[in-house]
Amino acid sequence: MSETRRADPRSVAGKNLPVEERPDVLVVGAGPAGLAAAIACARAGLAVLQVDENPVPFAAMGDDAPLHYGQAMSGAARNRNAALEAFVASEPRIAEAFEAGVDLRLGVACWGVYANGAAMGWMPGLVAGLADEGRAWLIQPRHIVLACGRRDMGLAFPGWETPGVVGAAAAAALAARYGAFAPRRVVVLGATTPALAAARDLAAQGVEIAAVVEQAREAPGDPALLANARARGAELLTGHVVREVVGAGRVEAAFVCALDARGEPAGGERRIACDGVVLAVGATPVIDLLDAAGGAVAFQPERGGYAPLLDAGQRSTLPGVYAAGDCAGVWDSKTLDRRIAEAEGERAAAAILGAVEAPAAAPPAPGYDLSAYRLDWARASIVHARAPLHVCQCEEVTARELLELRPPRYLGAGPPHPDQVKRLTRAGMGLCQGRRCREQVAALLALQSGEALAAIPLAGYRAPTRPLRLSQMAGLAEDPPLAEHWDTWFGMAAQWRPFWDVPAYYTVAGSDPAQPAASE
Amino acid sequence: MDVSTPPCGASVVIVGGGVTGLSAGWWLAREGVDVLVLDKGLVGWEASGRNGGGCSHHHSPLFAEEQRLWPVMDELLGYPTEFRPGRIRLAADARQMELYGRALANAERQGFASDRLDAGQARDLVPLAGATIVGGYRYRFGGQANPHRTLQGYAWAMQDHGGRVLQHATVTGFHSEGDRVRGVETDRGVFACDHLVIAAGPQTGRLAAILDAQLPLVSARWEMIVTEALPLMPMGGVDGCGLYGRQTLRGNLAYGGGPHEWLDGADLGTPPKPSSPLTLNIGKRLAQLFPKAAHARVIRSGAGMIENTPDGRPVIDRLASRANVTVATLSSVGFGLSPASGRAIRDLVVDGACGFADLSSLSLARFARLEPDWRARQGWLAPA
Repeated sequence: MSETRRADPRSVAGKNLPVEERPDVLVVGAGPAGLAAAIACARAGLAVLQVDENPVPFAAMGDDAPLHYGQAMSGAARNRNAALEAFVASEPRIAEAFEAGVDLRLGVACWGVYANGAAMGWMPGLVAGLADEGRAWLIQPRHIVLACGRRDMGLAFPGWETPGVVGAAAAAALAARYGAFAPRRVVVLGATTPALAAARDLAAQGVEIAAVVEQAREAPGDPALLANARARGAELLTGHVVREVVGAGRVEAAFVCALDARGEPAGGERRIACDGVVLAVGATPVIDLLDAAGGAVAFQPERGGYAPLLDAGQRSTLPGVYAAGDCAGVWDSKTLDRRIAEAEGERAAAAILGAVEAPAAAPPAPGYDLSAYRLDWARASIVHARAPLHVCQCEEVTARELLELRPPRYLGAGPPHPDQVKRLTRAGMGLCQGRRCREQVAALLALQSGEALAAIPLAGYRAPTRPLRLSQMAGLAEDPPLAEHWDTWFGMAAQWRPFWDVPAYYTVAGSDPAQPAASE
Repeated sequence: MDVSTPPCGASVVIVGGGVTGLSAGWWLAREGVDVLVLDKGLVGWEASGRNGGGCSHHHSPLFAEEQRLWPVMDELLGYPTEFRPGRIRLAADARQMELYGRALANAERQGFASDRLDAGQARDLVPLAGATIVGGYRYRFGGQANPHRTLQGYAWAMQDHGGRVLQHATVTGFHSEGDRVRGVETDRGVFACDHLVIAAGPQTGRLAAILDAQLPLVSARWEMIVTEALPLMPMGGVDGCGLYGRQTLRGNLAYGGGPHEWLDGADLGTPPKPSSPLTLNIGKRLAQLFPKAAHARVIRSGAGMIENTPDGRPVIDRLASRANVTVATLSSVGFGLSPASGRAIRDLVVDGACGFADLSSLSLARFARLEPDWRARQGWLAPA
């Protein structure tokens, strides 16, 4: 006879999450792709909740979340209302979304997406974690469209922690969306199309582009954008690398020099006066939510690096989760024409609505070897740096520590896994959650092992993908059974029975699970 | 027999590169025993690298040895474990106060003292604590170490003594002759052995079954969170309020607790280890434990896949079904005990019996009368 007791009360069985809302669709991000998806779904009658973490609180910008703001924000970014107005005014389709009935909430971040899978089965469906400045909460959407945009590969050089060294996406957002970009004269590192597009956006806001520095012999970016930058007076320095950025409290000058045929710094240095340096050597999709949720990603040079695996309807490998816009892949024509991102958003909406999807054109192959290009930057700037530098600013991990990592013999001949490197060095374990160093560390591991970037596994993302204060969690309304049965460990009385008091034979019938479990 | 070269085998082959297997390998290697540790993936990738780092297991027969070894582990290994002695456990209500106090009676019986703290004393000792605390206990034993550092320490120290680790080698079977295992079959070739140790976490039961031994195990997922680094408290080993964990030497608050999720299939391959929205519930309790850290930002969560025997107690035993096989599962409480469990395994392998502790309560034979449907009876079932 089998006597089945009720499910282990200390387990997740029967526990409920305090889900506050159940919209048909959650759209994360209110850029071109997210707005197109949200508007299309709302017009079709679906209940659409759309969130965008902009305007980002000034304090969060100071922590380089979600982008590498590099303290380049002006005081204008402190004024929440002004920032909100500027952000809304700079994107006409936001008004269109409100008119279409989208429940669009600005200043709300999505920090987690949860889905049942091989190792988790107690989610009631798709669950997303949201947060504003005050609190964090959970919702349960039927579909999630991720339209989280892009960020930039960090690039270390002596002085790269100086305020004013800023990622291209952050610089463009501060200038074009907030009117709050402090530097007035910048050096742009990289002459790819995303770099030149950022230069264009900055110039349009009155920022002087002193120089575009490119380690490659030829600028790989869009010729028209390049011609535009030069026409505005930007000097193009190909075959060059930044040697150091100096300044007391903020960037005052960048030193650059030419590279020799081996790609090593050689010859005299030039001092370029500037108050900002824009890191634009690698625009990469923001995949943190999808990767942390278990969605499949892969290194895809044509999509700008690690990017989601998607089908023709923008579906990720997680049922009900879609990706559109830059977070689905960054490529040159998409950078130049927002209609490509919008079409992806509309395609995701069509997939959600069960409509016929317009087939997506495959991204064109980049006109240059993306892996070799980024590795060349890392070699010239980091490996050949003339002074010690911290590749991971948060945990102060130097390039030397990464390059000379005592290679445990058991790591074998291949490149070490970046997640193992995290444990060995702490690189990427800090408050910026690896956003500034992740791609650089991968590049150094690739250089060290003579592999291409594609051979380096992705350092895994974890929720919360944005730093969340404990105080934002303190007010969580808990499911009473969960609170009642909460235990430090497994809550098994037999586990903690002292060894001198253990019966010779253990049987379920002979045990008393109701005894208090005095855990370690 | 298809024997791969190199390495073609070892005197002792240990399956499982977690803390238990690596500690055993180190204890053996430091005596000159030729040891090879095999891991299906990366060393320390499962529960060994995903735990709170506590070292105060007063219920275990290995407790005395655990307490003796931790203060000297850095010296013995030649590598830092970041071990720091002592522990404070804080209670938010009378129920927790009673529960935590019960645990300490075990330690006292074995000669390890602790102090009862009133609310004021607790707040004096713990700068981040506040009015949410009704009292607590200060252990004058135990402590915490850094699991990642310790794991590296075992691996490096074992290598210093000539032991070897092979990652990404998945065991597919065993080659037996008579009542002895002669080789470990893997996807990287066959490794000959004189003695086999299976210390493979969730996979231990499945591997033992290949050798005709029943070792009942079920695995569950358990979660924790990590904050940004904060200024160091005088003692890092502070937990309570339903949480287990510590402030790391770097300053991060690393804490976990709450409901676990029983799972199927964790004994195969390398399962993903997703965390769930329990992040919020853990954070809520951490804010209660440390109100003065309410501003601290949580920067990641993590989960571990942890195996348990039916009574939650370890098995460290020689198999009856083979003459040269030792099995070890620490049943969800393995990190802190690892200096002692590794030594116990060394004793079982070399001497046939543990010379410093009575392991009878950790024997496999205690499950001889276990109900076949024990898992359902205990309700340890994966969500439908």
